[in-house]
Amino acid sequence: MGIKFSLLAVLALVLVAFLGVEAIGMNYLFGVLVPYLAFFLFLTGFIYRILKWARAPVPFRIPTTSGQQKSFSWVKQNKLDNPSTKLATVGRMALEVLLFRSLFKNTKMEFRQGPKISYQWEKWLWLAGLAFHYSFFIIVVRHLRFFMEPVPGFVHLTESLDGFLQLGLPGLYITDLLFLAAVTYLFIRRVVIPQMRYISLPADYFPLFLLFGLGVTGVLMRYFTKVDIVKVKELAMGLATLHPTVPEGIGVLFFIHLFLVSTLMAYFPFSKLMHLGGVFLSPTRNLPNDSRIRRHINPWNYPVKVHTYEEYEDDFREKMIEAGLPVEKE
Amino acid sequence: MKIYDARYVLIGLAIFVGLFTIPFWYNMGRAVPPPDPKLDTPVIQQMAVKQCVLPLAEIRTGHMQLLNDWRTWVVRDGLRTYVAADGKTYNMSLQNTCMDCHSNKTQFCDQCHIYAGLEAGTVPYCWTCHIAPKENQ
Ligand code: HEC
Ligand code: HEC
Ligand code: HEC
Ligand code: HEM
Repeated sequence: MGIKFSLLAVLALVLVAFLGVEAIGMNYLFGVLVPYLAFFLFLTGFIYRILKWARAPVPFRIPTTSGQQKSFSWVKQNKLDNPSTKLATVGRMALEVLLFRSLFKNTKMEFRQGPKISYQWEKWLWLAGLAFHYSFFIIVVRHLRFFMEPVPGFVHLTESLDGFLQLGLPGLYITDLLFLAAVTYLFIRRVVIPQMRYISLPADYFPLFLLFGLGVTGVLMRYFTKVDIVKVKELAMGLATLHPTVPEGIGVLFFIHLFLVSTLMAYFPFSKLMHLGGVFLSPTRNLPNDSRIRRHINPWNYPVKVHTYEEYEDDFREKMIEAGLPVEKE
Repeated sequence: MKIYDARYVLIGLAIFVGLFTIPFWYNMGRAVPPPDPKLDTPVIQQMAVKQCVLPLAEIRTGHMQLLNDWRTWVVRDGLRTYVAADGKTYNMSLQNTCMDCHSNKTQFCDQCHIYAGLEAGTVPYCWTCHIAPKENQ
């Protein structure tokens, strides 16, 4: 159900861009207005979501601790899994963001031969996740060649490393294969594992199909039915210098690609893809475990009216003495 | 309402916005004219009908695929003659055919390639073996 809906949604997007450009000729709408609007939504929506999250107070330390915490000097602390200083927390965060360390610890539980429980390493999700995110990142960096003039050196460097196989013309990019393979794996995983399928929603399938569509249209454009790259760059530079132009004769495939990107950008802040920003705000990762080192005061503490024991004794001293109770002041 | 850890959140957001708007500030105030590949070589000027191996739209977007096919046909299959759609025949050669007509590599091929983000000189890497035409600057 979720699969069909998401697939139809992405196909509808492709169709909208195709008909909009090919049949009605709304090139300016799909080439300039929609991308600008989508980019605006992306930036403002992203900032709005982050500020909204940042308004939730996190008064106490709640990091996930998966190692020995700081203790006596002769007990060895696991600094990365249970950091107690800012620096170690930054280190833990960097490993999380760059290497997906917590996903690496993923295990799988299975019943084997009757009621025997076994836990297994499960590294495929980590591997595919890493492959997906890094190829996505490299593809985006390479795409900067459309948006920057002169093209900076690091873009050239990425291009030549990514294309070092020098296979065919235009040269094959390894990340293109990796990207499509990883997205396919992430999709198949959701469908094949019954528990995964049970918890998967359209919000999980839709981004996968969208990204797959994006990859397929990009690969088609580069290796199969070509589009005019020089005109694409004219359009992209027009967008980047705020003097938008839409040259004639780019090829409809490009507009489909661009429309899918626009959808992705507009959808991003309202979806689970916000984990891009969210990972940095996640309190189980970004807090040092110094609960027993520093005193953490609840920020919304208000002055509470208290009645101390001394005051109590002042109120009832005579009666207490009468009843033979001990008092502190005579 | 209060923003907690505002310093870190705002620094993070500034980095985010800065990174994602690179194209806007990198190109600020710069006019970037599209490339203008020159066709004024001696060979092309003498042609009666100024025409490339493939029709203009196809050669523009697909010349690398044509070169790839030529290379395969020559190096792997030992064929050397290409018959174009209009019946004309060409010797399938990068140096002796393409660069005979387009003998102005720096004013022609490179114009587009640098603009399209292929690194000047190294990509296409063809010229590490094939010899580029001599040009009088
Ligand atoms: C109209 C502009 C234009 C002209 C003129 C032009 N090219 Fe290209 N060429 C391109 C673009 C754009 C690409 C990159 C396409 C891509 O990235 O998918 C390219 C790519 C190539 C590639 C493949 C590079 C790679 O590693 O993927 C080769 C080889 C190539 N051109 C050869 C030539 C030669 C030789 C000439 C001169 C006779 C020439 N081109 C003239 C626009 C042009
Ligand atoms: C017989 C001479 C001749 C040969 C050989 C030739 N070209 Fe061309 N080429 C031309 C002419 C003339 C044009 C301009 C065509 C037009 O304007 O319709 C052109 C146009 C082009 C363009 C498009 C330029 C633009 O402004 O968009 C490219 C790219 C190109 N040639 C690459 C090549 C490559 C690569 C080869 C070798 C496979 C090649 N040419 C072989 C004469 C030639
Ligand atoms: C490692 C060196 C080398 C590189 C790099 C190289 N070639 Fe070649 N190429 C050769 C050799 C050797 C031949 C065979 C020449 C012959 O038999 O006439 C050849 C032949 C060709 C031919 C057919 C014959 C001819 O005279 O042109 C084409 C077309 C060709 N190469 C295109 C390319 C293109 C396009 C590139 C860049 C993407 C490239 N080559 C890069 C070495 C190289
Ligand atoms: C998140 C955003 C994007 C993703 C994931 C994506 C993905 C891809 C992929 C996988 C390719 C295959 C070739 C390659 O890797 O270079 C490609 C090609 C292409 N993309 Fe994108 N793309 C994105 C954004 C854009 C944008 C904003 C533009 C607008 C200029 C664009 C224009 C193109 C063009 C013109 C090609 C063909 C390149 C060529 O022929 O060499 N893409 N894209």
